[in-house]
Amino acid sequence: MAIFKLNGVHVKHCKNTAKLKAERIPTPSSVTIPMSMHIGAPSRPVVKVGDEVKVGQLIGEAGQGLSVPVYSSVSGKVKKIDELINVAGTHVQTIVIESDGEQTVAEDISPYEINSREEFLDALCKSGIVGLGGAGFPTLVKLRADVSKVDTLLINGAECEPYITSDTRTMIDDADAVADGIRLIAKFLEIKNIVVGIEKNKPECIAAMKKALADVEGASVKVLPSVYPQGGEKVLVYHSLGRVIKEGKLPLDCGVIVMNCTTVATVSKFIRTGMPLVEKCVTVDGSAIKQPKNLIVPIGAPVSALVEACGGFREEPRKALYGGPMMGIALPDLTSPVLKQTNAVLFFGKKEATPPKVTPCIKCGRCVDHCPFGLDPTAISKAYKENDPETLEKLKVNLCMECGCCSYVCPARRNIVQRNKMAKTMLRNYQTERKKREEAQKNG
Amino acid sequence: MDNATLLVSPAPHVRQKADTRSIMLDVIIAMLPALVASTIIFGYRSLVIVSVSVICCVLFEYLFQKLCKKNVTVGDLSAVVTGILLGFNLPVSIPLWQVIFGALVAIVAVKQLFGGIGKNFANPAITARIVMIISFAGTMTNFTSPADATSSATPLAQMGTENMPSLLDLFLGNHAGSLGETCALALIIGFVYLLVRRVITWHTTVTFVGSVALLSLAFGQNPLEHILTGGLLLGAIFMATDYSTTPSTKWGKVIFGLGCGVITVLIRVFGGYPEGVSFAILLMNILTPYISTWTRRKIFGGVKNEK
Repeated sequence: MAIFKLNGVHVKHCKNTAKLKAERIPTPSSVTIPMSMHIGAPSRPVVKVGDEVKVGQLIGEAGQGLSVPVYSSVSGKVKKIDELINVAGTHVQTIVIESDGEQTVAEDISPYEINSREEFLDALCKSGIVGLGGAGFPTLVKLRADVSKVDTLLINGAECEPYITSDTRTMIDDADAVADGIRLIAKFLEIKNIVVGIEKNKPECIAAMKKALADVEGASVKVLPSVYPQGGEKVLVYHSLGRVIKEGKLPLDCGVIVMNCTTVATVSKFIRTGMPLVEKCVTVDGSAIKQPKNLIVPIGAPVSALVEACGGFREEPRKALYGGPMMGIALPDLTSPVLKQTNAVLFFGKKEATPPKVTPCIKCGRCVDHCPFGLDPTAISKAYKENDPETLEKLKVNLCMECGCCSYVCPARRNIVQRNKMAKTMLRNYQTERKKREEAQKNG
Repeated sequence: MDNATLLVSPAPHVRQKADTRSIMLDVIIAMLPALVASTIIFGYRSLVIVSVSVICCVLFEYLFQKLCKKNVTVGDLSAVVTGILLGFNLPVSIPLWQVIFGALVAIVAVKQLFGGIGKNFANPAITARIVMIISFAGTMTNFTSPADATSSATPLAQMGTENMPSLLDLFLGNHAGSLGETCALALIIGFVYLLVRRVITWHTTVTFVGSVALLSLAFGQNPLEHILTGGLLLGAIFMATDYSTTPSTKWGKVIFGLGCGVITVLIRVFGGYPEGVSFAILLMNILTPYISTWTRRKIFGGVKNEK
């Protein structure tokens, strides 16, 4: 077990929607589905403009290598195949589907009969499921890897970001689906030990999961302190199991598969119904929202449809986020679609959105003190400013998980984590260049 | 609705409440008990000196930044902290023009010329005090006894003689010395406040005071007298914990405190000046960047780089 806890910050939880069961929103008039909602190669559209599509029908096949397919979330007609600049700043193909409001389900959707690991993995090929905690890593790839050394399935139910309660609701309302997903994965991957890590500020989830897992052999619930970033993969693995994921290694290397609780529930729903990932539970909250809610939303719905379902705005929104306030990405406009891995959309008014005034660093050392991994952001900033990737390599900026604790505690309001991200890019470019140089030397 | 202008900015989108100004305000609040005590002990002139020092520090910072066309940062209150600390380090009989000179050294020479807040390597108040001790040896060491308003040596200089005040007088501050250094009680109240508000951690102060106690004991002297005299508490609580001039890591703070303690006792026992706190802190300020680098935290999951 972990003797020393990793550092972090105590963020105001603001889990205003924790008691609200998710509601289904009216089918939006059109959905915009990007071909890249996951880590890896984008999917390729397999429909043309004018095609009729149904709910659960394949509209984008998996690309080369690391990729997943994409399915239609509504029934209707393909209106446009367009290009869109996503929040990461890259161009991505999108399919715009006009909904007929019928939500007719595709004919080939039927439950799976699974008897072996191969059948399980083959089925998952057609699920479109990615890590729903936010990262969007293709689930199939995680499970298809060599799991002979894996002894533990760790379910991430920490949900440490403020405001977000979609995992909370999944664990309470869909406890049986989570348990069933765990059973399926544990059975077909032959994993003996199952741990569900949940922060202690969610007693209802802890109770629901304990009850649902009572008859699952080898399963236990690990209650974790409510410290951000408890849900970070390395933090979770260390605090739940006492194992350290070393630099450059994966959870697999220390015998763990980590999966988000909602991902697991989605795996179960897919196997039991045959319906791939086409809808998502999303928390809608923030100071600008009239009635914060948890909503079940077809993937691709514009965030403005979520606002409507929540009774509109209380005040003019000045900032909209995918995800929580600690790591969430700011949206450029309200037409942005809900993605597979979107677990919350937050809207903030003027007060919260006004950027704080940045003042000079006073070397208080709070960023150093609060970094969960013990990095030294002041030294990283200095090395970055001096254009010194060699020092950045020694400072191990590559390990930064971008949790934002450093920026959060900074009394000078400096954008430290942003500087870290830029330093990571600088180091990556330097290492690529060096590798090229070394190879050229070897060959020449 | 779709036309709303949305701000796109990097995460995180929430920040902790404390900012530079609120931290400095906490330090000022923590120094108020000592200010009150010094006014009671040394009379109203103590308030005059501290006020002049504060006003000059703020004014010099403002003028320097205006003249150099930099952003004016007097709003962060750090110059007020320096002003109060400088005032605390002066005897009650100091001529006011010398106070103004001290403020000039602290703010312009030590702080602003090195780039302003967060960039100075030495503590402005301490360095100014040292410059003043050397420049105005007479007035800087002309201490007045609060009991009879006559000239008197500080207890540190009287140590081992029969004039040494009682421990209770030392604790309450009823003895000769610089304005802010005499009342241990008021300083400790300030220390507790800073700890509660999490402005500082205990590491530097405790190791500084602790090492002075142990070493003075080793030299056969009374550790309590060493702790309660010669500005040790003022230095250990308010000046050895300055952010920009001391290490930011926990172990760094411990080393810094130990170093300060050792140098203080060595100067007190073997040196020419009866008191060594200022010199100890200044010398350790110089080592701070190295200490910070030596004591970097172990990186979680970090693997040694090849080559």
